[in-house]
Amino acid sequence: MRRAAVVAALAGVLCLAAAADPAERLADPVQEAHARAIFQDVRCLVCQNESIDDSEAPLAGDLRHVIREQVRAGRSDPQIKQYLTDRYGQFVLMRPSFDAGNLALWAGPFLVVALGVLLLIARLRNRQPDPDLSQAEADRVERLSRDGTP
Amino acid sequence: MMAEFGAFALMLGLAFAIAQLGLSVAARLRRSTVLAAAGEGAALASFASVAISFAILMHAFVVSDFSVANVAANSHTEKPLLYRVAGTWGSHEGSMLLWDLALTGYGAAMAIFGRGLPKGLKAVAVATQGALGTVFLAYTVFASNPLARLLQPPVEGRSLNPLLQDPALAVHPPFLYSGYVGMSVVFSLSVAALVEGKVDAAWARWVRPWALFAWSLLTVGIMLGSFWAYYELGWGGWWFWDPVENASFMPWLVATALLHSAIVTEKRGALSGWTVFLGLAAFSFSMLGAFLVRSGVLTSVHAFAVDPTRGVLLLFILGATTGAAFVLFAWRAPKLSQGGVFAPVSRESALVLNNILLAAATATVLLGTLFPLIREALTGEAISVGPPYFNLTFTPLMAALILILPIGPLLAWKRGDALGVAQRLWAAAGLAIVAGLLAYAVVSPRKALGALGLALGAWLIAGALAELVERTRAFRVPAAESWRRLTGLPRGAWGMTLAHIGLGVFVLGACFETGWRAEAAETLPLGGSLNVGAYHLALQGVRAVEGPNYDAERADILATRGGKLICRARPERRLYLANGQTTSEVAICDQGPSHLYIVLGERRTAAGQPVWLVRAYWNPWAVLIFLGPVTMALGGLLSLSDRRLRIGVPRRREAAA
Repeated sequence: MRRAAVVAALAGVLCLAAAADPAERLADPVQEAHARAIFQDVRCLVCQNESIDDSEAPLAGDLRHVIREQVRAGRSDPQIKQYLTDRYGQFVLMRPSFDAGNLALWAGPFLVVALGVLLLIARLRNRQPDPDLSQAEADRVERLSRDGTP
Repeated sequence: MMAEFGAFALMLGLAFAIAQLGLSVAARLRRSTVLAAAGEGAALASFASVAISFAILMHAFVVSDFSVANVAANSHTEKPLLYRVAGTWGSHEGSMLLWDLALTGYGAAMAIFGRGLPKGLKAVAVATQGALGTVFLAYTVFASNPLARLLQPPVEGRSLNPLLQDPALAVHPPFLYSGYVGMSVVFSLSVAALVEGKVDAAWARWVRPWALFAWSLLTVGIMLGSFWAYYELGWGGWWFWDPVENASFMPWLVATALLHSAIVTEKRGALSGWTVFLGLAAFSFSMLGAFLVRSGVLTSVHAFAVDPTRGVLLLFILGATTGAAFVLFAWRAPKLSQGGVFAPVSRESALVLNNILLAAATATVLLGTLFPLIREALTGEAISVGPPYFNLTFTPLMAALILILPIGPLLAWKRGDALGVAQRLWAAAGLAIVAGLLAYAVVSPRKALGALGLALGAWLIAGALAELVERTRAFRVPAAESWRRLTGLPRGAWGMTLAHIGLGVFVLGACFETGWRAEAAETLPLGGSLNVGAYHLALQGVRAVEGPNYDAERADILATRGGKLICRARPERRLYLANGQTTSEVAICDQGPSHLYIVLGERRTAAGQPVWLVRAYWNPWAVLIFLGPVTMALGGLLSLSDRRLRIGVPRRREAAA
C-alpha cells in the first residue's frame, strides 16, 4: 500500500540526496553543513513529500541555490526561514510552527498521555473491594472450610 | 471466457458472503447449530469463489492477456515471471481483490479453527466477518472490477512501474494485507463479545492467536517496504514518515497495544472494555489506511481524490463499519465487568502505561497524517508535517515506552515489588549507561541523542535478558536447575523475550545508523576515486549492459580500506524501455552488520571527457534496522505456537451450577 504513494512521490527521481551534488556545494564546509541542515527542514513544493535535501526537482535545486547564497551571506536560520515562508507560506517548512492554529497537532499526543494517566489514577483510587460473595459462593466457602468438599 | 468466469466467481463470492451474514445472524437468533454450520459453509464457499477469481486474474497476468484492462495497464510481455505474478496485486483493483481474498480467507479460517468458541460468540463473529466481506466484495464487484475487459485489446501492456519490479516489493503486499486484514478477525470477535456482553479470560485467549498472527505478518510487511525503500530509492533512507508509511504504521501500533492489553484481560480479567476497543480500532485503522492510500487524499495533497467516486465509497464503507462498531461499543461496553483491582506498582499498571504511550504514539501519527488536511479544509492554509514533527513528538513517547519496557515483565501481578525489580535490573541499567557513555565518548561527542538511543537499545536487550535470568533463577540455583527451567519455559515467554530483544536490536540499528552515517558524493572520471568514512572507492570502469526489459550502465567500483580489498561494487543506472524511466540499482557491500552503500548517478561531461556522479554512504549497523523487526515477528510466531493457545482454556464452570 505504501508503495503507490512513495513511488508517485519518487517517480523518475533517482538522484536523490541531490543536495550532495558536488556541482552545487559551497566552498566552506561549515557553511555547507549549515545549509544542508536547513535543506532538511524545507519542503520541495512540487514533490510529494520530500525535503529539498532529497529532491532533484528543478525547483528544489533553485531553492537550494537561494538558501546557499543566503547562508554564504551570513543570514541566520530564522531570517532564511522567514524569507521562505514570506514567499511560499507555512507549507514550505517541514516542521509546522508552534502557533495557535497548530495547537491540536502539537498538544494532541501529550493530551492523550495526560488523559490516560488521569484515567489510570482514577482507576487506582477507585478501588472497590471485592464484591460480596453470592449466597451460593458463601455456602461453598463454608463447605470447603468445614470438610473440604467443593 | 476466463475473465468472465473470474468476474462471475467474484459475484458468487459476494452472494456467499451475504448468505454467510444472513445464515449466521439467523443461527444466533434461533440458536440453531444447523444454521450456524450453514453460515460457516457459506464462509468457506465465499473464500473458494474469491480464490478462483484471484487465480484467474493471476493467470491473466502470467499469460499477458491484454484484453483485461487491468493487465494491459499494469503488465508487459517482457517483464520477468515473478513481476507478472506480482502484478496481480500491483494495481488498485488487483490489490482490492487481494484484500478480499485475505478477508474471506480469514473468515474461512475462523469457521474452521474456531471450534473451541462458544456457539453464540462464533455465530456473531462469523456474521460480522460476513458483513465485512459483503461490503468489500460489493465494492470490488460494483466499483473496482479487476477483470473488466477492453473492447480493443492493445498489443503490448503499459508495464509495471520499474521501481516496483523488485523481489522484496513483490512479496510486500501479501504480507502487509494478511496483517491488515488479519485484524478483521479481532474486529469480528470484539463485535461478537459486545453482542454477547461477555469479555473474559477465555475471550482474550481466543483473540490472542489471531492478533499475534496478524501482527507478525504486518511487522514483516512494513519491514519489507522499508527495506525496499532503503535499497531501491537510492539514498539509504528507510523511513520517511510518508503518509503511506504512516497508514501502515497506525494499525501496527494499535495491534501492539492490543497484544499487551489482552494479556491483562486474559490473566486478570481487567481492561476488558479497553481491549475490545483496541480490537475494533485495529481493523478500523487498517481500513483507514486502505482509504487514505486509495482515495488519493494523500498522494496529492491538493486534490481530494484521484478517483473521487471510489474515494467517497471507501470513506462511506469506513464510516459505516467503524461507526456501527463504535456505537455498539458505546452501548454495550459500560456493562462489561471491571475486573480485578491492582496496586500502582504492578504489572497491570506497567501494561496500562504501555498502552497509554502506544495510544499517544498512534495519536501522533494520526495527527501528523491528517492534521494538514483538516487545517487546510478549515482555514485554507496549507502546512507540512514532516520528520521534524515526529522527531519531537513520537520519539520522546517511544523513549518513555522503552524506559518502562524491561520493568513491566519483572513486576508481579496485582502488587509489584519496586525494590526487587530495581535489584534485578541494576546490571542492565548499568550496562546501558556504560554503552551510552562509551558511544558518546568514543564515536563522536557531538551526537548526544544518538548515544542516548544506543543506551536505550542496550537497556532493552539487557533488560530482556535480565528477565530471562530471573525466570531461570540463574546464578542463584545450580546451573543444571537453571537449564531445566530454561528449557521448560513456555514458548510464549520466549516469544516475548525475542520480540523485546528485536525491538532493542532495531533501536540500536536505527540510532547508530542515523547518528553516525557518513556520506560522500563526487563526479568521477574513469580512474577517479572518493573517500567515505574509512573507505576508499575507485571507479575502475563503466560498461553498458542489457537486461530483459531495460538498458543499463554498470560501474565497476573497487572499495578498499587501508589498502585492503573490501569488495567490488557494481551499481547500475537503468533505463526501462517500456516507459522511459530511469532507476538505480545500488550496490551494497556487507561489512558485518554495516553497509557500504554505493549509487551510480548520471553521466556528465567535464573537460571533454565523461564523468559519473558517484554517491556513497557508510551506514553503520544498518542490518539491525531490518533484523530487529524480523526478530520481533519471529517472537510473535513463536508465541503463537505456545501450548496454552493450542489447547485453549478449560471452560470455567459456574460455582453454583
